[in-house]
Amino acid sequence: MNSNTNIKRKKDGYYFWVGVFFFILIGAGALLWYSALQIDYTWRWYMVPRYFVANVETEVKSEIEGDAVSVTQKGENTVILVKGPDGSEEYIVPGNDIRIGEGDIIYAGDTLGVYKKWQAGILLQGLWLTMKVSIIAIVFGIVIGMFAGLARVSANPALKWTSVTYIELIRGSPLLVQIFIWYFVLGTLINTLLTKNGLPDLPPLWYGVAALACFTGAYVAEMVRAGIQSIHRGQTEASRSLGMNYIQSMTYVILPQAMLRILPPLAGQFISLVKDSSLLGIIAIRELTKATREVVTTSLQPFELWFVCALLYLILTFSLSMFVQYLERRTLIQ
Amino acid sequence: MIDAKNVYKTFYVPHEVQALVDVTNKIEAGEVVVVIGPSGSGKSTFLRCLNHLEEANSGQIFIDGVDILDPKTDINRVRAEVGMVFQSFNLFPHKSVLENVTLAQRVVRKRSKEEAAETAMALLRKVGIDDKANVYPDQLSGGQQQRVAIARALAMNPKIMLFDEPTSALDPEMVGEVLDVMKSLAKEGMTMVVVTHEMGFAREVADRVIFMDNGAIVEEGTPDHFFTNPTNDRTKLFLSQIL
Ligand SMILES: Nc1ncnc2c1ncn2[C@@H]1O[C@H](COP(=O)(O)OP(=O)(O)OP(=O)(O)O)[C@@H](O)[C@H]1O
Ligand SMILES: [Mg+2]
Repeated sequence: MNSNTNIKRKKDGYYFWVGVFFFILIGAGALLWYSALQIDYTWRWYMVPRYFVANVETEVKSEIEGDAVSVTQKGENTVILVKGPDGSEEYIVPGNDIRIGEGDIIYAGDTLGVYKKWQAGILLQGLWLTMKVSIIAIVFGIVIGMFAGLARVSANPALKWTSVTYIELIRGSPLLVQIFIWYFVLGTLINTLLTKNGLPDLPPLWYGVAALACFTGAYVAEMVRAGIQSIHRGQTEASRSLGMNYIQSMTYVILPQAMLRILPPLAGQFISLVKDSSLLGIIAIRELTKATREVVTTSLQPFELWFVCALLYLILTFSLSMFVQYLERRTLIQ
Repeated sequence: MIDAKNVYKTFYVPHEVQALVDVTNKIEAGEVVVVIGPSGSGKSTFLRCLNHLEEANSGQIFIDGVDILDPKTDINRVRAEVGMVFQSFNLFPHKSVLENVTLAQRVVRKRSKEEAAETAMALLRKVGIDDKANVYPDQLSGGQQQRVAIARALAMNPKIMLFDEPTSALDPEMVGEVLDVMKSLAKEGMTMVVVTHEMGFAREVADRVIFMDNGAIVEEGTPDHFFTNPTNDRTKLFLSQIL
């Protein structure tokens, strides 16, 4: 009886604190809402979706000069035939919002008709760019980190010290500064050299991705090193005693075990990378954060948009961590 | 088959230890040699020098006529001919039993998947765990793991097998099953160098017993000689302690 009531009391306490948790959560929200009310902020959540997908008017323009010989309806579309001195051209306008009449004289660049098309809004474009940048940087970060990590544990002084220097340089300076160096120093150098040789410039995106990949690579390298060193020496001895060379032993025996072990910290690093990609806005890459900033200046709805921006990052990082957990579980189950 | 001449090995880290001092020995093809001696006497170091897991400081070691201390020697080719079984099994935990036995066949011997699997299954049958081919090492008992490790080494068709205290990490009831596998291997004429404290095995299977102390071979002879009238005082002392 006594123990029974004990358990019950414990439970009561538990639910009380769960209640407190929700109270804090709701309280924080209410406080925010109340403060916004004080400064007469009008929430316009309905404005947000249009920055994801928008039904944009698209114009169909004539590329040649001539007469609009015929305007005919063909099913859903309208077909306009323009006949000029240098031949004729057929234009198809979806729908029937036509801006010219039959027999009109058409100049090159004239709008023949208009139709509405669903397009990805600026936020969705930003989100997509953030994902793209992150994925490319993760892939290269893994490759760089793997090689740098292997070099780090190598007995060859040239490899080892190069790797140590790289890791320490990267880990010892702010990512923001590294992005500036990639863009303003290396970018200028490389692009000038390219121009001199008659080649096109590399877009800022490449330098941004390079900065992120090199930054991540250094941290991955340290994890790879720790992972390799955490594998018992007996594993190397067993594989080498079977006649495998260093590379085979690493590839088939040591690295698979090491990588499995470093999967959790690796996931943390990649989540950081997704968030750090928000810094790329400063070198004119319109990823999610910069996209949000642009939308804020045009829409004047900063509160909603910044919350949405944060939420989108949360979705990205959360999916990434779920994915890694799935990988971990899959490799552990076998 | 194995010819070691005046082998010296000194460790400098963490502090200077002369692990092998002027070790000279010749082991013929098909011979089973058991190495005994107190802890720290250099038995493991001697074994590990034979497949170059440790590099001897000086002297010469010939494996099947190949000078393994010659920098020009491709040591991986020599190692493929010399199987080694460790006290702590050292199976690959991320690979199934079958994969443990096929991996080096595929990677080093370049055998096809089917051929490697066939060889592996035959060997697993021989050591009596073919029914566990698809489980992972951590699901096996110590004795089973050690038998897989033996199969893994045999899969390379080695000419020599080195055993470093293969039963020392096992529960007593599992020692027998591993020793049985080793006995049948010896009967088939495998050249074997075995470091062990199993004196029964030494007496029954060994052609020759080597006693090491302080990095040197102090006495060697047939098991009969050893267990009935050892001549060296240190051998006597060691045997009196262990038997
Ligand atoms: N990698 C190493 N680094 C430094 N010293 C070592 C190393 N390996 C062995 N030694 C030392 O060399 C000596 C011989 O060691 P070894 O392992 O060959 O002895 P052993 O006869 O196998 O002993 P045990 O019966 O305990 O296995 C010991 O003093 C040991 O401390
Ligand atoms: Mg030993």
